[in-house]
Amino acid sequence: MLYREAGQFKTTYAEDMAIFPIRQDRIALGILLGIAFIGVPLLATFHVWPFAGDYLLWAILLPFLILALAAIGVNILVGYCGQISLGSGAFMAVGAYSAYKLGTGVHIPLAWLGFAISIPPLPVLASILLGGLMAAVVGILFGVPSLRIKGLYLAVATLAAQFFFDWVFLRVPWFTNYAPSGSVNAPALNFFGLVIGTPIERYLLCLTFVTVFAVLAKNLVRGNLGRQWMAIRDMDIAAELIGIRPLYAKLTAFAVSSFIVGVAGALWAFVYLGSWEPLAFSIDRSLQLLFMVIIGGLGSIMGSFVGAAFILILPIMLNLIPTELGVPLSTETITHLEFIIFGSLICYLLIKEPHGFARLISIGKEKLRLWPFPY
Amino acid sequence: MSGVLYSLVALGFVLIFKASGVFNFAQGAMVLLAGLALVRSLDFLVAKGFPLWAAIIIGIGFAVVIMAITAWLIERFVIGPLVNQDGLTLFMSTIGATFILEGAAQMIFGSDAYPLRLFPTDAWFLFENLFPGGILVNKLDVWGGLIAGILVAGLAIFFQRTKTGRALRAVADDHLAAQSVGIPINWIWFVVWLVAGLVALVAATVWGTKLGVQYSITFLALKALPVLIIGGLTSVPGAIVGGLIVGAGEKIAEVFLGSYIGGGIEYWFAFVLALAVLLVRPQGLFGERIIERI
Repeated sequence: MLYREAGQFKTTYAEDMAIFPIRQDRIALGILLGIAFIGVPLLATFHVWPFAGDYLLWAILLPFLILALAAIGVNILVGYCGQISLGSGAFMAVGAYSAYKLGTGVHIPLAWLGFAISIPPLPVLASILLGGLMAAVVGILFGVPSLRIKGLYLAVATLAAQFFFDWVFLRVPWFTNYAPSGSVNAPALNFFGLVIGTPIERYLLCLTFVTVFAVLAKNLVRGNLGRQWMAIRDMDIAAELIGIRPLYAKLTAFAVSSFIVGVAGALWAFVYLGSWEPLAFSIDRSLQLLFMVIIGGLGSIMGSFVGAAFILILPIMLNLIPTELGVPLSTETITHLEFIIFGSLICYLLIKEPHGFARLISIGKEKLRLWPFPY
Repeated sequence: MSGVLYSLVALGFVLIFKASGVFNFAQGAMVLLAGLALVRSLDFLVAKGFPLWAAIIIGIGFAVVIMAITAWLIERFVIGPLVNQDGLTLFMSTIGATFILEGAAQMIFGSDAYPLRLFPTDAWFLFENLFPGGILVNKLDVWGGLIAGILVAGLAIFFQRTKTGRALRAVADDHLAAQSVGIPINWIWFVVWLVAGLVALVAATVWGTKLGVQYSITFLALKALPVLIIGGLTSVPGAIVGGLIVGAGEKIAEVFLGSYIGGGIEYWFAFVLALAVLLVRPQGLFGERIIERI
């Protein structure tokens, strides 16, 4: 009864093409954003029930937001453009390390030319965004093979990016400012004189980034470019015949995706980890992102959020539920169980619902619109 | 000489791809599972007081049974329901299978590193009178090469001469067409996964002897991917040659280039090599031309 659109007439094209044409959706989203932007910080400030410590904010919401952002990036490439990528972790790393270099000042000695390129440390916001830009450039570079190869071959090509950058950031001391341990510390999060330190501030910062990028991504995939990507995904040769340039479509997909993933990587490093080493962006991270996208829903911005939430919450639940039931499992068993459950879920979803949880949600909405009549 | 080992794992990939059109990401996990099953049953039997030869025979038998069960389960629950889906869906489902296998294998058989001693690992010196010092040859590598050779010959005969082998190739070409001429696709897929499981077992024995059976084997199996790309996805000889190229190439690169740009380039050299091959010849050195129609 609540979710019914009878009486909502669309009288202009703009209304018809709105992101959320149904009023209830708009209200729900408004409430959600209200809770996220105002409710959560308020509750957290006064340490009301779920926010008694910083645990929920720090260990769940913050990684959730950043990984959801990365998942949006991966979803653009894998879900919308159909270019499977196992190298997203590498692009996160590129974003993180470029932002780090830019944030602490770049110095390239060009001894044989007789001068050196020096860039003073940039403000944090600029270095995060430029870090994303660097990731986009690298993404384009590694996207070039996608013009000749696709599918499985491309998966291996992106894997090359993963292994290459793992090595680069581990072995080339220039990237870590010659830190002896190989791990680096992010510069202070100073936004126009406002220093971000407490979990609540960090949470709000990430939330802002995620909201902005989610809206941008949503609009991008609805528009001309998004349609080109989807045409390429569905059948690239046919898309080429109807006048879509594969070069442009594929490389823009790689660029946009890597940009978002790179920004997420920079946030992950700067805001969440604070100090990190290349291991934080290993192939496991790439696979984790891919799983988020598959489980949440290929080709759906909302699905990226659902997938990220699911993948983060499942291990915690596995830890919590048996303990509550009185049969605590060892950490090792939990890890293995996690593997098995993820694997089974992926197989199950691919067989039963290739569009993931997001599709289940939209089926639910579809049914609610007609409820209580089945059709 | 790790090239031979890469070839062995790559063979498993090629087999499944050639015979079912599925790019099997789970091959590394299957190597792990086969190795763990073998090594754990061996340890168990030897501890029970069986003579070594009996333990080896029973252990291998046990591992084969495990691989058969795995093949059946994967066919029945993962790949079977996805008949006629496109390659990417199948690929992603094998990523799922990878995780199930890795989790299950370590849950059942434990997740430590276990040493495996089936082949001699000491070294021979050949041609000592021709070169000063001679050529150092590891016995294990000889065994590995020998086994790989036998395996390839056997598989070639299987693919070319038997009825099942021909059916396999038909299925790889087109699931739907193969089904419509009466090829039992589920049975075929079971056979394919079983054979891949056996190849995984062979790879596991050789590799396990060299490094011990442990989780990192799955990571080494990822190295088989560039081998595959270089050799071509559908070519059994390609897998062997590719493996040798990668194995030799990364050692040479490490020795000659590594000192300039900071060591450890073994880690990614194979992948970059694969990338270069892809840009020049997308189907690999021995692969079939990719033809596409609408």
